[in-house]
Amino acid sequence: MAEVAENIQNIIKPENLVYQKSPVLTDKVMHYCPGCSHGVVHKIIAEVIDEMGIQEDTIGVSPVGCSVFAYNYIDIDWHEAAHGRAPAVATGVKRVFPNKFVFSYQGDGDLAAIGTAETMHAVNRGENIVMVFINNAIYGMTGGQMAPTTMVGQVTATTPHGRNVDLNGYPLKITELIAQLPGAAYVTRQSVQTPAAVRKTQKAIRKAFEVQANKKGTAFVEVVATCNSGWKISPVESNEWMEEHMFPFYPLGDLKDGEKEDPEALKMNV
Amino acid sequence: MGELRLMKGNEVIAEAAIRCGCDGYFGYPITPQSEVMETLMNRRPWDETGMVVLQAESEVASINMVYGAAGSGKKVMTSSSSPGISLMAEGISYLAGAELPCLIVNVQRGGPGLGTIQPSQADYFQATKGGGHGDYRLIVLAPASVQEMNDFVDLSFELAFKYRNPVMILSDGAIGQMMEKVELADYKPRWTDEEVKEISGSWAAIGKSPDREQNIITSLELESDKMERNNIRFQAKYQKIQENEVRFEAIDCDDADYVIVAFGSAARVCQKTVQLARAKGHKVGLLRPITLFPFPTEEIKKMAGRVNGFLSVEMNAGQMVEDVRLAVNGKVPVEYYGRMGGIIPSPDEVEKALEQKLIGG
Ligand SMILES: Cc1ncc(C[n+]2csc(CCOP(=O)(O)OP(=O)(O)O)c2C)c(N)n1
Repeated sequence: MAEVAENIQNIIKPENLVYQKSPVLTDKVMHYCPGCSHGVVHKIIAEVIDEMGIQEDTIGVSPVGCSVFAYNYIDIDWHEAAHGRAPAVATGVKRVFPNKFVFSYQGDGDLAAIGTAETMHAVNRGENIVMVFINNAIYGMTGGQMAPTTMVGQVTATTPHGRNVDLNGYPLKITELIAQLPGAAYVTRQSVQTPAAVRKTQKAIRKAFEVQANKKGTAFVEVVATCNSGWKISPVESNEWMEEHMFPFYPLGDLKDGEKEDPEALKMNV
Repeated sequence: MGELRLMKGNEVIAEAAIRCGCDGYFGYPITPQSEVMETLMNRRPWDETGMVVLQAESEVASINMVYGAAGSGKKVMTSSSSPGISLMAEGISYLAGAELPCLIVNVQRGGPGLGTIQPSQADYFQATKGGGHGDYRLIVLAPASVQEMNDFVDLSFELAFKYRNPVMILSDGAIGQMMEKVELADYKPRWTDEEVKEISGSWAAIGKSPDREQNIITSLELESDKMERNNIRFQAKYQKIQENEVRFEAIDCDDADYVIVAFGSAARVCQKTVQLARAKGHKVGLLRPITLFPFPTEEIKKMAGRVNGFLSVEMNAGQMVEDVRLAVNGKVPVEYYGRMGGIIPSPDEVEKALEQKLIGG
């Protein structure tokens, strides 16, 4: 035993370190359920802020939903927003502090239900902000009710017999709608269920912050995510369920990659 | 003497905002206050002082833009009229809960519902008793002239930052739309980012520097004992505001047998009523609360010891009269007279009501 301990001590040396927790992540223990995607995406955002060296200049807007306490985990200044209002709050911050990095972090209930108007209009104005959108197809915090993004047939607390289109309407592909808007510069859909997917999402979020730095318009990153507690299946099964049922309807990849529309091209003839 | 101009009440709000170094205005059009944003857009203050002006997609969005910008330690404001203020109620509660300074202008119109675009004072309860959810108070200033529309903008920001609390200017369609001579204030420069850091950096979300902990703007506290402590702190603040910030005007009250209590447009009308009553030999005075929260309770209490009665005159169904009665505490009669739905009472109908209800004809 002593020998093993000694060996470990020999291995744990600064020169052998290949990975460490980002200093932009706090030491607080996250409250998320094991298997939840929120923690992974927090880690990615913290790493991007660290890589870009923008901790002092970044202001986050946290939502209502499971990630309401995002501010406890990422060590920057934050605004907590009312349910759905994060894009308006982010607009207020960005307009008075145009040179700061401002991002909102929102779930599907927050961004695609109660906050649809704020979401569409912030993007349509081309606000130079980053919006991170966690789509777990359910309301996590309030105990697993139907979200706008809930799949047809999916069982939730408020669709106990499965989502029925006649009764509950269709799942909302809000990211596709966002991509249509002239103010959107970069719109992408990613996931975090494998190391490779995490790396892609990290790249996407980094790019989103760079789009903001270059004042190109709104950068929107959807992360298709799991909610094993809400879905009432294990984390491993959740990943499989997501891949099987969500990816065909919410295909991964970039939906838009450019910059906001040139207003000159849209100007009326006078 | 500052620059003199003939201006509309709503235009003056805009002009005063620019001159007092406001950093941002976020709003949504609604009659009878749309000239506030129209004037700002026309003046292009972003070229002149750097002030941001943005037309939001709704009142819900505009108050939340205010919430974001106020949490950044900046001087920011919005304006609306009654139905719009109802939509802002959620955001106002969050602003109060996060203890953020800001200015909200309500140029009231008649309600309930879509109501009318004519002037009213029917949002008194909503403004002074909370309006949104939770135990909170706004500091509420009630202008009675275009000059006060001007003066209260700067005063509002001063109070908002002093107490880290939202302030409301509770005006109405008559004062918003009327034109009067106004003496404008001299320009104050906007705070630089360095000054914002000095003034508000201890609490505002302006970017975390390595020398301090995170600043988190939030009204959330899941542990109820901590949430109770927050509420106790809020109540202590409101108490302090009550002790230090009461403002009122007393006209002909020293020898009065009867006192009319009225604010804003109704007070303008009642100034004439006092003259009419005095010409008839009745000793009548006017107490005009300038702050509706904090309410001039102590002053009314003092007066209750020496007058024969009070008449609360309001452009609503009798809302402030409840606060007058609380202050008088049964010592002498307190009557109400008012008009609703966008009608401004005339001085002589108030005089008649005063005689009928109190003096005895
Ligand atoms: C105005 C308002 N309505 C409803 C709620 C209750 N509520 C809290 S979280 C939530 C759903 C959040 O779901 P989502 O945005 O998908 O985030 P998740 O919890 O799944 O991460 C709701 C409805 C609230 N806090 N405020």
